[in-house]
Amino acid sequence: MLSVTVKKRRGSFSLDAHFELPTPGVVALFGRSGCGKSTLVNAIAGLLDADSGRVVLDDIVLLDTERRLYVPPEHRRIGYVFQDARLFPHMSVAGNLKYGERRAPSQRFVNLDTVAALLDLGSLMDRRTHQLSGGERQRVAIGRALLAQPRLLLLDEPLASLDAARRGEVLPYLETLRDQLAVPMVYVSHDFDEVLRLATYVVLMESGKTIAQGGLGEMSLNSGLRSIIGADAVGAIVDGTVLGMDAASGLMRVKLGHGELRVEAANFAAGSTLRVQLLARDLIVATQEPQRLSVRNILTGVITAVTSDDTDSDLVAIDIGGTTIMARVTKAATRALALEPGMPAWALVKAVSLRGHSFAAPPATSSARRGA
Amino acid sequence: MMWLSPSEGEALSLSLSVAARSVALSLPVAILLAWVLTRRRFLGHTLLDAFVHLPLVLPPVVVGYLLLVLFGTRGPIGSWLERALGIELIFTRNGAALATAVMSFPLMVRAMRISLENVDRGLEEAARTLGAGAIDRFATITLPLMLPGVLAGAITAFSAALGEFGAVITFVSNIPGETRTLPLALYSALQTPGGDAAAARLAFISFVLGLSGLLLSEWFARRVRRMLGR
Repeated sequence: MLSVTVKKRRGSFSLDAHFELPTPGVVALFGRSGCGKSTLVNAIAGLLDADSGRVVLDDIVLLDTERRLYVPPEHRRIGYVFQDARLFPHMSVAGNLKYGERRAPSQRFVNLDTVAALLDLGSLMDRRTHQLSGGERQRVAIGRALLAQPRLLLLDEPLASLDAARRGEVLPYLETLRDQLAVPMVYVSHDFDEVLRLATYVVLMESGKTIAQGGLGEMSLNSGLRSIIGADAVGAIVDGTVLGMDAASGLMRVKLGHGELRVEAANFAAGSTLRVQLLARDLIVATQEPQRLSVRNILTGVITAVTSDDTDSDLVAIDIGGTTIMARVTKAATRALALEPGMPAWALVKAVSLRGHSFAAPPATSSARRGA
Repeated sequence: MMWLSPSEGEALSLSLSVAARSVALSLPVAILLAWVLTRRRFLGHTLLDAFVHLPLVLPPVVVGYLLLVLFGTRGPIGSWLERALGIELIFTRNGAALATAVMSFPLMVRAMRISLENVDRGLEEAARTLGAGAIDRFATITLPLMLPGVLAGAITAFSAALGEFGAVITFVSNIPGETRTLPLALYSALQTPGGDAAAARLAFISFVLGLSGLLLSEWFARRVRRMLGR
C-alpha cells in the first residue's frame, strides 16, 4: 500500500494532495498539464521539500513532517523515470544501467539480463546515450531505474516528449513491466489513452488538488473526468471476459455484465480479460426491447442514475449486471422517454465504436510478486 | 634539448616545474571553491567571491608583498609551516609555485564555474534517486561533467603560471636554478649588457611554449567533449 499526503505552497501555486494505492498496481496521476502532477511525484521521490505531509510505502515511513522524519531520495529506493530520460552523457548505455544496480541492496528482484530482455536493450549496451532515439532513451531510463531495485517506480510523463510512433513503440514495454515485474508504479500522464492502457487505479488532479480516486472502471464514470478529457471522450471503461471467436462473423465474443458484445479485435484467448471503452456518445438508449435493427450489440440493464451532462444533454448510467455503462442522451429524450432510476433499459452499441478501445487488461494478481 | 644553453634549459624546466606545482596546489582548492560559489548561497558569499577575484585586480607586487608578510619566515603562516612541517617557501621553487597559484587562482575558478553552471542538475537528481549520496554524486556525475572546465582552468592556470613575474620576484626573488623562471630569466638578460640575443631566444622559447599550450588545450577539449558525447 502506498499512502501519500502532501501539502506544498510555491508562490501562487498550492499543492494539496492525498491518495492511496493498493500495491502492486499502477496508479495513474491524471490531470491537465500544470495541475501539479510532477510536483506531487517529486515530493514522493523526496526531491521536493513538502511543507507538510506523510508518505508511507508498504509500512515504511518515508516522510512524516509531524514527526520530523525525512528519508532522503538516495535512501528511499524509489525509482524515477523522468520525462527527459536524464541519461548520464558520459557513460555508455551499460554504464547507465549499472549505475543504479551497483548502489542497490544485495537483495535483488531483477538483474541486468532480465531487464535487458524485458526492454530489448541487448543491442544498445555499448552505445553512447546521444546515439539513441527518443524511445530508446526512455527504455534505457526505465531499465536504469528498475536495476536500482526500487520498491516503487515513478514515471513522470515518460512518453510526453516522444512522437506518436515512438510512443506506440514504448507503451508495450510498460505493459510488460506491469504484468511481469509487479513493481508498484505511479504513472503521471495527461494522455488518457496511456492511462487506459496502463492504469489499474486512477487519481484525478485539478489545479493542485486530488479531486477523485478509484479503480479505472469506477473513475471512468466520474464527473470530474469530463472537464479534463472533454465530453466526447467520456465513457465507461469495463473489463469483459473473452468467450471466443464467432466463426460466422469473424468477431470476438466478449461477456460484459450479463450481456455479450461482439467486437472486432485481435484474437485473444478465451477466458482472458479484455478492457473495453464504451464512449457515452456511441450508446443509444431504448426503453423497450428494440427489434429489426441493424445494430447487433445490445446490452440490457436497469437505469441507476440520470445526471445532467451539459445544457442540452444528460448522462444515463445503466447497470448491466454488476457493471455500469454510461450513455449520453439529449434532455429532450430524457423527458420524452421519462428516463429515471429503476427503469429497465436497452443500450445499443455500434460494433465499430469499439475499435481501437480494446486492450488486454492487467491480470488481477500478478505472477511474479517480488519479496516484500 | 640540446639546442638550448644550460641556463635556458634550467629556466625552462624550472618554469614547467613551478607551473605544475602551482596547478597541483590550486586545483583541488579551486574545484571546492567553484562548487561552493556556484551551488551554495550563504552569508558572505559576495565577499568570498570578491576575495577569490582579488589577484585579478591587485598589482602582482602587492600579492607578492602580502605573501611575504603571511608566508615569510617570520610571518604567521610561514613560521608555522617551517616549524611544524619543515616547509620553507621563501626563496624556493615551492614559494614560486605558491605565488603563481595565488595569481592564477581566479582564472581557474572562473573556468570551472562556467562549466559547473552548465552541468544539468537534473542528472544529479537522477543519480540521487538511483541511490548515490552527496560525495558519490559529485565524484561520479558532477566532476566528470565539469571536466571540460576543470581542464580549461588547469591549462589556463598552467600557462599563466609560466608567465607570472611580479608576484614571484617580490616573494621569492630571482635566484638562478631555484626561482629564476623564464620571464625572470628574460628580465635578467635585459638587465645584462649585451644580453639582447639571449632575451630574444628566451622570448622565442616562451612563444613556442605558449602556442603548444594552446594547441594542446584545444586537442584536450575536443577529446573531452567527445567523451561527454557532445
